[in-house]
Parts: sequence; structure tokens; C-alpha cells
Amino acid sequence: MSDKQIKKVRPHPSQSEGLIFEKSSPGKKAYKLPPLDVPQVDAAKLLGSAQRQDLGNMPEVSEFEIIRHFTRLSTWNYAIDLGMYPLGSCTMKYNARVNEAVARIAGLANAHPYQPEKMSQGALRILKLLSDYLLEITGMEAITLQPAAGAHGEMTGILLIRAYLESKGNPRKKILIPDSAHGTNPATAAICGYTVENLKSNSAGMVDVSALAAQMNEDVAGIMLTNPNTLGIFEEEIHKIADILHEKGGLLYMDGANMNALVGKTRPGDFGVDVMHLNLHKTFSTPHGGGGPGSGPVACKKHLEPFLPVPVVITKPDGSLGFNYDRPKAIGRVRMFYGNFGMHVRALAYIMANGYDGLRLTTEDAVLNANYIRKKLEDVYEVPYKTPSMHEVILSHHRQARQGVKTGDIAKRLIDYGFHPYTTAFPLIVADHGAMMIEPTESESKEEMDLFIEAMRAIAEEAQNEPETILKAPHTTRVSRLDEVTAARRPILRWKPEKT
Amino acid sequence: MRYLPKSPQDREQMLREIGAASIDELFSHIPDEYRLNRDLKVTRQLAESEIVDYFQQRAAECAAGYANFLGAGAYNHYRPVVVDSLISRGEFFTAYTPYQAEIAQGTLQAIFEFQSMICELTGMEVANASMYDGSTAVPEAVMMAMRITGRSGAVVARSLHPEYREVLGTYSKYQGIPVATVPFLANGRVDLNALDQAISNQTACAVIQSPNFFGTIEDVVAVADLVHKKGALLVVSIAEAISLGIVKPPAEADIVAMEAQSFGVPLGFGGPYAGVIATREKFVRQIPGRLVGQTVDQQGHRGFVLTLATREQHIKREKATSNICTNQALVATMATIFMTIYGREGFKELAEHNLAKAHYAAQQFGKKAKVLFEGAPRFNEFVVQSSEDPHVINNRLLAKNIIGGFPLQKFYPELGNAAVWCCTEMITREQIDAAAQAVAQ
Repeated sequence: MSDKQIKKVRPHPSQSEGLIFEKSSPGKKAYKLPPLDVPQVDAAKLLGSAQRQDLGNMPEVSEFEIIRHFTRLSTWNYAIDLGMYPLGSCTMKYNARVNEAVARIAGLANAHPYQPEKMSQGALRILKLLSDYLLEITGMEAITLQPAAGAHGEMTGILLIRAYLESKGNPRKKILIPDSAHGTNPATAAICGYTVENLKSNSAGMVDVSALAAQMNEDVAGIMLTNPNTLGIFEEEIHKIADILHEKGGLLYMDGANMNALVGKTRPGDFGVDVMHLNLHKTFSTPHGGGGPGSGPVACKKHLEPFLPVPVVITKPDGSLGFNYDRPKAIGRVRMFYGNFGMHVRALAYIMANGYDGLRLTTEDAVLNANYIRKKLEDVYEVPYKTPSMHEVILSHHRQARQGVKTGDIAKRLIDYGFHPYTTAFPLIVADHGAMMIEPTESESKEEMDLFIEAMRAIAEEAQNEPETILKAPHTTRVSRLDEVTAARRPILRWKPEKT
Repeated sequence: MRYLPKSPQDREQMLREIGAASIDELFSHIPDEYRLNRDLKVTRQLAESEIVDYFQQRAAECAAGYANFLGAGAYNHYRPVVVDSLISRGEFFTAYTPYQAEIAQGTLQAIFEFQSMICELTGMEVANASMYDGSTAVPEAVMMAMRITGRSGAVVARSLHPEYREVLGTYSKYQGIPVATVPFLANGRVDLNALDQAISNQTACAVIQSPNFFGTIEDVVAVADLVHKKGALLVVSIAEAISLGIVKPPAEADIVAMEAQSFGVPLGFGGPYAGVIATREKFVRQIPGRLVGQTVDQQGHRGFVLTLATREQHIKREKATSNICTNQALVATMATIFMTIYGREGFKELAEHNLAKAHYAAQQFGKKAKVLFEGAPRFNEFVVQSSEDPHVINNRLLAKNIIGGFPLQKFYPELGNAAVWCCTEMITREQIDAAAQAVAQ
């Protein structure tokens, strides 16, 4: 039966939920405070001209309306809980429920960051154990859990390099960044006071080592390298890269965004990396939450340890744990308190649930899944770099583009098949902005992946026979393609009451 | 491993179809010498019950059940049950950044509501979709002010949260941004004469916090007047956002850099929280971080998208307004739900309770010790100077299951035996009386 045959007086209310402000009317309440047990005060007298008179258009609604409103909104989201989320470089894996449960245990959730150290031993032990585990996993020698996200970790790591080089007399001028890198890398280098120099990839999709050797000189502070890189390719000559840098006094920074391909199989600390960040919200399963919070610990080798931000967790002579603030060479603080502790709790719970064998099997399954998808799609989509894939596979729209169907269109059509799109048009080095970057993670069953493969193959066929269907996709969502041009040209960034 | 949805047969079949003899073949391009041929030295797999047990034990070592007089940038407010109930929906917490707008309208609309409410509360015209936290919002605001004014330095009140100042110090040091610090007066407010002298024609902005680190509400109108006369911008940092329920918003500021933790976000030993930058419409293209905007789909239905992305790192790379690539979407959603629960009337009532508790407490403490910074209004924090070291007082209070105020010697040695105390609605009169007695002993 089509929609036309079913008579409806209006769209279903769950699909046409308005803004919360539009549900507001004076006198509705969703709160109840207990009686005040101290004398009431005259705010006007206490605050004088600093007293606020009213709260403008803040909504007034009842509790159940709030439940309905946000529940309805939630149903308009795709989520990893609903299906495969093959966003390359984002590592959308299962977010275990026990992680959520333990992060909400009262003693941890209600711990104040300034409560005395002797009353915070449990939290400190969590920070210490997670630090120890992450050092073992990365093969590094010192760590800070303070950075709030991946890009924040990048900034912290590059500042460590800067402070280290400054201590040797010259912070240098440039950071080399491969053309396949995430946009955060060049933005980070700039925020740390460095200029960015592009590093070319070779035809295998890896850093061109001879070009690097030619580019490397005493002006170069370091290189920011993602490994496996954003093409999902392991930089096989990583140690040569490290050697070339180290010989001229530069340092190797590794963007750990793709660590899900390495855990338990190889360690950055063993292949020459000086400093790196981890994305706990990728590799270690803390939830993405619709765009944050993340957490971006930075691990480094011993020579960078004196520069780590304050404070660091130490074991005191009496065996208890504490924070050490007395670190004269430290770069300073990058965030107040100790970082996104709630994410640290979740990441530790993830490591515990996996154990050493589960972590390794996780990596193996992630790589197995990516290669399976590659094998099952390589006859219909072009594989622009033939080098073996690790945890993600990069296809291109090259063949489909002849029918006018591009990576972004195929992505939108995937939505109709019940999947979240892969990452589109990134990395930028794939010709014609045609990249389709697919990272299934270990969390997908063979059955789910077979459905995804079937969808991708069906879309490839549609590209041949009925490209229009793809170009107008998605067809099944609550809203169709949104007008982004007008949104940017005449920005409406907040609700305002209609003028009466 | 219980999270992995594959049987051994699945794995074998997949390897066969790929044409690989073993899983290690898929790792064979990692050079031999870097392959890890041993088990990681981490725990064995733990059962769920063991994991819960481990964290319960750690939680028991963290002062659960203590009354807490600590504020100083992290505030213990009641979190309505509805907040966690809603954000625990997998559709919210297991979603990615809403780049694919057609299937992310839930997150996008919630963030649009967040931006709208932040504007209502702060008196600003636009707000971003949130960012890391209140401390990092300060250097982001300073860099934004530099882009707007084309000037290069900042002047910062010493009564701005010391850790916010440290974070600004890290960002500014390596970018060569000169930062001058301005003292406070006997009433706790920023010294306007010193501020006047410190601002040069190269100062991009002045940064104050209100209520400041001592709980004192700044005279934002007077500060803005002075700062604007010198052609600089005014950045107002807000650490205790509940104050906005009863304290006049800093509408004279050019940029508000705030922390939204007070809006239903757990203390959580310091994070995750959510920072926000709000500003005037004319500065919107210099704002860092994500923005959600309203638009229409092809049928004309209202919908929401991430917008003005040309400011951001994934488009502009090294020329972006910031390297930031995340917002605190889930935390912002928590805050949105919290703000909706209290709403127009509840916010005011909640703030009044805080004001009343802190006022009562200051009176009690003032009977035997000295409450500093009289003569200017306060919200829910105040500074108590005692004859004894506040650490000694706090140790005594622990026996009564009370965590006392935050000692200030470390950051403000000139105040001697002083501590900043905070009374939210969670503190009872009984606890205040007990604490005041311990201070007076």
C-alpha cells in the first residue's frame, strides 16, 4: 500500500515534533525543589543592579513533554545500535553497556576534581591503571590523559615536540604533513606556531621516503604521520622515516586515529614513534555521543616526558597515589583538572572486558572485515591504491562518476538501504575527490556485512541503469536532502519567537 | 570475546573468500621486526561482574556520600533522573557527528535548541554547538578576539579561574600572544584602574570571569565600558552557569566563554564537561567549533544542518579558525535537557536557593572567621579567611563526612589562610552549621 492509499489527517506527531520552545506555555513545570531550609533572601537587596529580571524565552514545559520531545528526536538519529556505521577513520564500534554503567557509579560520577587526594585514591588508581595499559599497548614510556579529544591531543603532542626542541636551543619552523592527512593535523601545526609543508605520497599510497629525505632539514621540527594512514595502508617504511627525521634532529608524531588496526599486533613505540595520541572514542570504544565528548591521551618516549602537561599521576613514598604539579619543564596545562575522566573509566572497562587476547582478536577481526569488504566490492568499485588494506578500505567513484554518480550520492543512497554512509571524499589524495572510505570495525557480523555488500553492489548497478534514483537519494528518510547553501548564506542559528 | 559477533567458522570462511591462508597473512606487510609476537601485558578478559566489582571498589575509595562544599569550577547540582534516562538512549549516545543530516536530525535539533537556550541565558546572539570545556573556551575566545580586532594581546583578571589562566598560558606561550594579568580589589572585583592601564592599543581583549573565582559578581557594565573605549573586546567567562538564573547576563560582553557543567553534567572527577562560546551575530564567521543552522529540505520541511563549515579544519586545514574537530554533543544534550527541565521559572528558583544557602553560610562563617570581599554581590561562593590553615579545618571536617572549601594558598598566597566555599542547593542547613562550627573551633 502506498502512502496515498492510507488516509491520514496529518503526519504522525512523532515525525513532526516541533522545537521545545513551541511547546512552552506559562505555568507548566518539570521541576520541584525541596522547601528552602535557610531563610529566604531578597535577591534585589543582595544583588542590586546585578539582579536578573527575567529569563526571556526559556521554555516552560512538563516532565512528560520533555521525555516525549527528546525521545522523538532520538528516533530521527541513525546510531551504531541500529546498524552498521562504516565511517572510515571514525571507528564506530560497539559501545559496551557495562562502560556506561561503571561510569555512573556514584562515587566516580560524583567525585569532585578538587576533593583531597586521599579521598580520591579510587579515581587516581583508575587513571594509573589505564595509563599503564595504554603504555603497554603503544610501547611508549610516558603518558598524559589530559587532552579532551584527538585534535587536542595532537596539539599537546606537537607542543611537547616544540618544548623539547626549544630546550635544545631551537624550536624550528616547520612540520611536515602527508597529503593524505586529516585536516586537524595542519590546523594543529598552525596553532602550535609552525608552518606546514606538504609531504607527497608515492603511487602505493605511502610516504615517498626519498622525497622526505630531500625535504628534511634543520628547519623541520617533525612529521605528523597517521599509521596506518588514511588510505588504510600501513607505512611499511616507517622506521626509515623515523631514521631520516632523527638523523636531522626531528621527531616523529603519530596520529593514533587508526590504532584499531594495530592493537596487540604491533606497537608504535617499537617502530620509532616519539609521541602519539590515542582516540579513546575510536579504538577504546567510548561513545561518540553525536559528536563528543572524546578523549585524546598523548603517549611519548622518555625524552619528552619532562614536558608533559601538569599534573601527572605519581606514586608517593607511602604507596598512595597523588598528582605532581612540580614540573618546571612542563608545557603547562592544556585543560583544567585531569581530562575527560568519564571517558577514562569507560576505556579501562573496555580493555578489561577484552583482555590481551580479546584486544588482539578485535584488531584481527577489524582487519578481516575491511579486507572482506574490499574483496567483495573490488570488481564493481575501483580500488585506487592496490596496496594491502588494514582496518579500512578506500574505494573510489571513478567508474560510477561516468554516469554522473559521485561518492556523496552513493553515500546518500546507502541510507535508503539502511546503512550509515561511509566517509565521503576523504582522503583528498584520491582523484576527483572520489574517495569512499569504509571502516567496518570488528563489531560487524558477517551477516551484517553481507547486507552492506549487497547494498553497495545494488547501488553500483543502479548507477548503470537508473542513476536518477541515486542522485535524488535518500528517498526514505523523514527529511530529504537539506539546503545547505541557504543555511550557510543566511544563517539561522537559534530559535526566536515569531513577531506578533 | 563477547563483543565480537563472529564464530570461528565465520572467520575461516571469510579468510577463504579473501584468499588468505591465515589471519596473519593480512598483517604480513607489517615488517617482521615490528610485529608483536607475544601477548600484551594487560589483564586477562574479565567477566562483567568482575568489571563492575572493580569499579565499585574504586568508587568506594572516592568519598561517596560526603557533603561537598567545593565549587571552584565544578559544581555539585542535583541532576534530574530524566537527564540520564534520555541521554542513555543509544540513538543519542551511539551516534556519530551529524554530518549526514538526513539521519541525524535528532542530534541536530537538540543542538539547535542548546544554541538557542544559551543565547537566551547569556544575552548573546549566537552560540556554538559546544566545545571541550570552560578552560579551553578562554584561549579560543582570545584567539577569536585577535582575529576580529587584528590585535595581538590579552589582559586577564587574576580572579579568572587559575586553571583557566594556566590553559590560556599554554596556548598563548607557544603562539607568542602577550598576556597581562590584572589584580582584584578588596571587594573581590577586578581593579578597573589597573585594567585601564594594562590595555594598550595592541590588546585584542580583556577577559574577566563573573561570578569570578571568589564568587564575586563583576560590574560587567563598567568593565565593558572601559574596555570598549580602548577599542578592545570584552570576553566574559562563566564557570557557574546556574548563576544566570538570577544574575544579569553579561549582555555588554562581545564574547561569552562559558562552562556548562552546572547544567546537569556530573562532577565526574573533572570531565567530560562542555564549554560554549557565544557572541554577537556580526562575529559569527570568526567563532570556533561547530554550528547548527536551520534550513529546509526539498519539500520545504524544516530541518537542521551543520553549517558555516568553511571556518573549520576539515575544509580550511592550517587556515581554520581552530584545530577543534569535536563538540561535546552528548554533554550539550544533557545540558539542553537540564535547561528545559528548569526552564524560565525553575532556573530562577534554583538560583535563588543557591543564593540563599550561600548567604546563610557566609553569615554563619562570618561569626567566627572573616568572610573576604564584602561590598560586592556574590552568587553561591564566598571566601573565608581563618586563623587556621584551611587544610587543617578540612581534615577535621572529614570526620563529619564533610568536604570543606577549596584552599587558596596555592593560587593566591596573598590571601593567607583562605578557602573558597560553595553552597549549592545540595547543601543543607545542618551541614552548613556543622562546617561553620568546625571553622570556628
